[in-house]
Amino acid sequence: MAALLEVKGLKAFYGQTQSLYDVGFEIETGGITTLLGANGAGKTTTLRAICNMVRTEGAIRFEGRDLVGMPTEEIVRLRIAHVPEGRGTFTTLTVDENLRIAAYTRRDKAAVQADLDRVFSYFPRLKERIQQQAGTLSGGEQQMLAIARALMLKPRLMLLDEPSFGLAPLIVVEIFRIMRRINEEEKVSMLLVEQNAALALDLADHAYVLETGRVVMSGPSSIVKNDENVRKSYLGY
Amino acid sequence: MPAFPKTWLWGLLAAAFLIPLLRPLLPDLVSDYRLFLVSTMIIASIAVLGLNLLTGFNGQISLGHSAFYAVGAYTAAILMDKLDMPYYATLPIAAVVCFIVGYLFGLPALKLEGHYLALATFALALSVPQILKYKWLEDLTGGVQGIVLSKPEVPFGLPLTEDQWLYYYCLVIMVLLYWAAANILNSRSGRAMMAIRDQYLAADTMGIDTSLYKTVTFGISAAYTGIAGALSASAIAFVAPDSFNFFLSIKFLIGLVVGGVGSLAGSVVGGIFYVLVDNSAQALSTFVKNDLGLPFDLSAYTVFGILLIVLMYLMPMGVVGGVYYLARSMRTMRGPQAKEQATLKQRVSG
Amino acid sequence: MEQFLQQIASGLANGAIYACVALALVMIYVSTDHINFAQGEMAMFSTYISWQLMSWGLSFWVAFIAAVAFSFMLGVLIERVILRPLHSAPVLSIVVVFIGLLAICNSVAGAIWSYLIKEYPSPFPKSSFGIAGVIGPHQLGVVIVTLIVLGLLFAFFRYTPLGLAMRAAAQNPQMARLVGVRVDWMLALGWGLAAAVGAVAGIMVAHIVYLDPNMMGGILLYAFAGALVGGIGNPGGAVLGGFIVGVLENMVAFAGNQIEKATGVYIIGNGEKLTVALIIVIFVLTVKPAGLFGRVVVKRV
Repeated sequence: MAALLEVKGLKAFYGQTQSLYDVGFEIETGGITTLLGANGAGKTTTLRAICNMVRTEGAIRFEGRDLVGMPTEEIVRLRIAHVPEGRGTFTTLTVDENLRIAAYTRRDKAAVQADLDRVFSYFPRLKERIQQQAGTLSGGEQQMLAIARALMLKPRLMLLDEPSFGLAPLIVVEIFRIMRRINEEEKVSMLLVEQNAALALDLADHAYVLETGRVVMSGPSSIVKNDENVRKSYLGY
Repeated sequence: MPAFPKTWLWGLLAAAFLIPLLRPLLPDLVSDYRLFLVSTMIIASIAVLGLNLLTGFNGQISLGHSAFYAVGAYTAAILMDKLDMPYYATLPIAAVVCFIVGYLFGLPALKLEGHYLALATFALALSVPQILKYKWLEDLTGGVQGIVLSKPEVPFGLPLTEDQWLYYYCLVIMVLLYWAAANILNSRSGRAMMAIRDQYLAADTMGIDTSLYKTVTFGISAAYTGIAGALSASAIAFVAPDSFNFFLSIKFLIGLVVGGVGSLAGSVVGGIFYVLVDNSAQALSTFVKNDLGLPFDLSAYTVFGILLIVLMYLMPMGVVGGVYYLARSMRTMRGPQAKEQATLKQRVSG
Repeated sequence: MEQFLQQIASGLANGAIYACVALALVMIYVSTDHINFAQGEMAMFSTYISWQLMSWGLSFWVAFIAAVAFSFMLGVLIERVILRPLHSAPVLSIVVVFIGLLAICNSVAGAIWSYLIKEYPSPFPKSSFGIAGVIGPHQLGVVIVTLIVLGLLFAFFRYTPLGLAMRAAAQNPQMARLVGVRVDWMLALGWGLAAAVGAVAGIMVAHIVYLDPNMMGGILLYAFAGALVGGIGNPGGAVLGGFIVGVLENMVAFAGNQIEKATGVYIIGNGEKLTVALIIVIFVLTVKPAGLFGRVVVKRV
């Protein structure tokens, strides 16, 4: 069975500076995969490369379709949702508007309301703040909003860039729990970039480790978790 | 930009001095009208040079140089009209007045950059004709009617026509101004000016007094364009408020962009160019209206507008810059020149 | 007292025009960070189009709608064809291109329709409209039309999905792409709308200042003053700023006239309005660049 997302020999550049040298991985439908690595290893760049937000060379195939060179908004319309670093909420728009803008590209308008209700069932806190300006939400709520918004795109694949960043541990646990629910109930495959390796390895089924723009290790997370190098470098023991 | 020692510029200069003297041999080619036309080209070059000092070499965008041109022109006109001052004495005074006006405008301009500075200077240019018509200044400025002057008299009984004398007068002034500008730009001050244009923050942290340089450059730039205005008052022997509207700034901009942003020689090319196009357009317009009988009022500004847009795509370095680029790709340039060229290219083409 | 009210009323009518142009300027600024120096000339050109259509027999309002629609398409075309390729060019290049547009619009209008000043009709009936002694029929009509257009725009941006998409694209283009919005087209539409709003202003003011290729120069300056006073990043502020400038300039001229009548000394009058606008522009830019309602953008070092 062909993988949902196939990446081979990926190179990425910020202007003249090369950031990824040779990244390759696969994501099967239905799973959660995590990209680990130190700061500057290229994790965020990889997510950006998938969405053509940086100059790329190499092969990226989603459901068999070649993504390299496609404009970002067209890639998104193929049902890939990217929750970027720093959440990317539209701060002057309300919670409601943030969610509705994601429904903008959808054809099935009737289902939108039903999806909104489902999204609120995952994130009841957002429903309480529905008319509030997104910029006034707390960090955790903004992260929830960002994920909720991604859900409204009805994605097949969700890319999440450091969802735990800057959030209190309790909130992070809650968000990760909801992510697992979404993965199982909505059948959304996920590619998770995380600094917090322990949390990521707990959530994900598969893991890839990046170092200076290359994949240096891969495997099921249970195995990667117990690898000695990984434990020393990323798990602290 | 490398300064004076350019062969083609020396050649041009020699031709400029010698050709009018060939009048007895080529009376039709070197007519009074043609000399007058070339005088206006020289004046235009000085004006564009002024703008280039500020925008091309110091990075401060100005759409308002028509204002400084007007100040120079009116200063000279008022001095000649009210105080009977001789035409040559008006130049230094006009220069000083315009320097002060430019410097004063440069002070608030310190806080502005890019679009905002362009906006402030745009506003200045738009309001100049109205300011010149202000009732309280009418006694000085002659209001809407303007001031009628007389052309410079040929001194010492020299065997020249008025237009020939005017031509040499303008030419000498321009050569002096060009030489002065070249020296400023080649000095430490010049490098500081350009450093402010290219890497403002670096210049600031390196201890260059950026505020001083920016305001003084504004003043010098205004003075140059003001001198051009003062010269034009003598040349045309008339000043009126509506000739100093925003469209004059458009002409300066054309000169800047066509000739070359950040190029002294380019300023000369640019000035010559816009006068040529302006005159040809007038001739064409008259032809279309009178000879062809078509009810279209053609103007140079259509050509100017199209050129401004097209050049931003094709030749952002202007004609002179483009020629240099070609020449450079044909032979290797020595160290500092090449670096400067590369910086210039990066600056204007992003 | 009656004269005073008349001045306020005519100030509001002028202010309505400035508000429209100011809004057009701000719309483009907010979405592209560019200042459209050619806004006035584009509006003037569209007004000539409407005049031409009327001289071919179309009624005022049909010509109005056609000219506004033409203006919309012209705006979209300009953004897609001329500005899009330059989106990462240095500021000087972009300013130069706008000045080029200004020159082309002005000179082509002059070429096609000549520089002779033309009369332009008012669609508002003289007899039944207006409040006698306070506000004339055309002035009242201008204010009403402006408010309708502004209201429609507001509703569009607030309540429609497309309006929402355009707001998102203006605020955070990259994130907007990440939710599938075609940001490039949103910018083009924004330009089209701005051009259309400008056209409305041009058509409304033509009856007051008479139709000639240079009619919008001064108005553009007032509009800039209004946009800056309101805060150049704030559309609502720009509208308010436009009205403020309109009333203010009339009040200044009125005060000057009264002083001259009382003391015989002329300080300021109708002829100095542009100077007042210039002072406002310089003042706001240097002292309070955020205007009344805008936010100061902190430059990241």
